[in-house]
Amino acid sequence: MKVLVMVKQVPDTATNIQIRSDGQGIIEDGIKWVINPYDEFAIEEALRIREKLGGEIVVIALGPKRVDEAIRQALAMGADRAVVVESSETLDLAQVAHALARVAQNEGFDLILTGKQAVDDDSAQIGPMVAARLSLPQVSIVIHLDIDVEHKRLRAERELEGATEIVELPYPAVLTAQRGLNEPRYPTLPNIMKAKKKEVKRVSFESLGIDTLPRIRLIQLTPPSERPEPTILTADPVETVKTLVELLHEQAKVI
Amino acid sequence: MSQGVFVIFDQNQGQVRHVVLEVLTMARQLELGSVTTLTFGANASQTLKVLGEYGADQAIFWDQEPFTRYSSDGFADAIAHVVPHVNPAVILFPASAWGKDLSPRVADLIGAGLATDCLSLRVSTDNRVTAVRPIYAGKALAEVAIETPVQMFSIRPNIHKAIPDPKTPTVLDLAPVVSPDSFQSVVTERKEAQTGVQELTEADIIVSGGRGMKAPENFKLLDELATVLGAAVGSSRPVADEGWVPHSYHIGQTGKVVSPTVYFAVGISGAIQHLAGISGSKYIVAINNDAEAPIFKVANYGIVGDLFQVLPLLTEEIRALKANN
Ligand SMILES: Cc1cc2nc3c(=O)[nH]c(=O)nc-3n(C[C@H](O)[C@H](O)[C@H](O)COP(=O)(O)OP(=O)(O)OC[C@H]3O[C@@H](n4cnc5c(N)ncnc54)[C@H](O)[C@@H]3O)c2cc1C
Ligand SMILES: Nc1ncnc2c1ncn2[C@@H]1O[C@H](COP(=O)(O)O)[C@@H](O)[C@H]1O
Repeated sequence: MKVLVMVKQVPDTATNIQIRSDGQGIIEDGIKWVINPYDEFAIEEALRIREKLGGEIVVIALGPKRVDEAIRQALAMGADRAVVVESSETLDLAQVAHALARVAQNEGFDLILTGKQAVDDDSAQIGPMVAARLSLPQVSIVIHLDIDVEHKRLRAERELEGATEIVELPYPAVLTAQRGLNEPRYPTLPNIMKAKKKEVKRVSFESLGIDTLPRIRLIQLTPPSERPEPTILTADPVETVKTLVELLHEQAKVI
Repeated sequence: MSQGVFVIFDQNQGQVRHVVLEVLTMARQLELGSVTTLTFGANASQTLKVLGEYGADQAIFWDQEPFTRYSSDGFADAIAHVVPHVNPAVILFPASAWGKDLSPRVADLIGAGLATDCLSLRVSTDNRVTAVRPIYAGKALAEVAIETPVQMFSIRPNIHKAIPDPKTPTVLDLAPVVSPDSFQSVVTERKEAQTGVQELTEADIIVSGGRGMKAPENFKLLDELATVLGAAVGSSRPVADEGWVPHSYHIGQTGKVVSPTVYFAVGISGAIQHLAGISGSKYIVAINNDAEAPIFKVANYGIVGDLFQVLPLLTEEIRALKANN
């Protein structure tokens, strides 16, 4: 199995987001960048597939210079090699999806794994868009995967509201990974050392010849509205519970 | 000229999720022309009554084979074929697991821009629509416009009010085009979670427990409070990771993002990743024995106290209140 894993670098989830004064982006100074948490499940699943069935894992990341760090970490987890699509500009989702699809096409593959969504833009679009672009079937929000190599088919379980469903499909295909799929491993020291020698191929976004125009325009970013001053009750429990229920019933009128 | 709003959603045995009514209300309120709906599967036409109640002008039902079993590629291809016939200015999907799977695929097939998980839509002067959607799990809001002729949006559940506006919809007979190589990925089985469990993203009240609950068996205290409130039960991440509750309970930046009217955070410290998932709550009520816990900074109401004393009292007090009303 040749598995491609799409990896996005995002701000650590502990980051306090500060908006630039022009409202067109966030202040990046001091941000710690990490692999998108859902992409770690995708990498781990690829590693488990290789352990079982053999093959190769290629991680693909599009972004500015700093994404090298995310790539190194994915290689240290055990991926075989990487392709970095270098772009310093902020690209539209469709441009990213089409660039990633082009790289995938050039590489060849049996499976493409992405995260369920990137925890920065929270779009949850790239996986299905790459699938559409490549005319491949997809399953999103996958929490369990079985591969039938003989018949070249997949059986995936995906999460819905209050239910799960089983999806059956042939591969090549695109899957998006959800928490629960597996428990990602930490890189070991020897693997971190080995990762330094693994191949990282670099291509520029421009060289891919993507002529897709931007489809979404950011007008502005704003902070969420401030929460009101809290009412904190500290007396004895019987007292405070009575007061709380009164407040919820009479002031907030929510119970 | 394309005009009108096309609302695409799923149904189950003639029932739709509440978010569909919310989306229909939004579709009408845009006032961009007629509202046309499309839904799929056996019993799809049974939704006609509720579609009329919420003001759909026209309805399309694809209840025949192969639309009785969901297929992302099959449905997306058929939708891409029908869009030019409906010729809408705006396409809306619910931002449910179903809508999130299907809408980006449709968007790419028809070359349209899509903004996912929108909180609100607004028509700007040139009759174009702008949307507000949360990013960084709600740590910031992005106002966006779609640049393509067809503008697509998926709508987050539980934000917009559903308001009836009865009409008698016309059923459109638009036969689907089914390409021979689609319907590759097909749903073959559906497993319901425990019955009676409310979906967190659609719940009006949520009671949620963290590590302060100390042990899995103590979640029965939360279940009891949830029962008197008619609430759903959620949790912080470590508690789900420990297996005290199912993964589906996990709320936060890497779990479910919720927007209930009231969110009770019980024994939850209020880490930034947890707060990101609950910032859309109208009221946050915190119960924690540490007065310095960050959850109190975002709470509307808080009790500083031992949850093991507070929870049973609270459950009783609310039960008494409900009995008197
Ligand atoms: C990449 C990443 C993603 C993450 N995503 C999420 C996420 O999506 N959601 C999430 O929740 N977390 C997430 N986390 C974890 C997060 O950082 C916190 O560790 C977690 O939210 C803490 O959970 P908690 O509040 O239940 O536990 P704690 O922080 O241990 O808090 C327990 C609280 O209970 C109180 N308490 C103890 N005993 C009692 C008592 N008897 N009565 C009343 N109060 C009591 C304590 O005062 C304390 O405030 C993430 C972390 C990382 C690194
Ligand atoms: N710039 C990128 N480079 C590589 N993979 C990406 C990139 N953007 C998104 N992805 C992949 O697509 C998934 C969903 O992202 P999104 O649609 O932005 O929420 C992520 O979890 C990644 O796996």
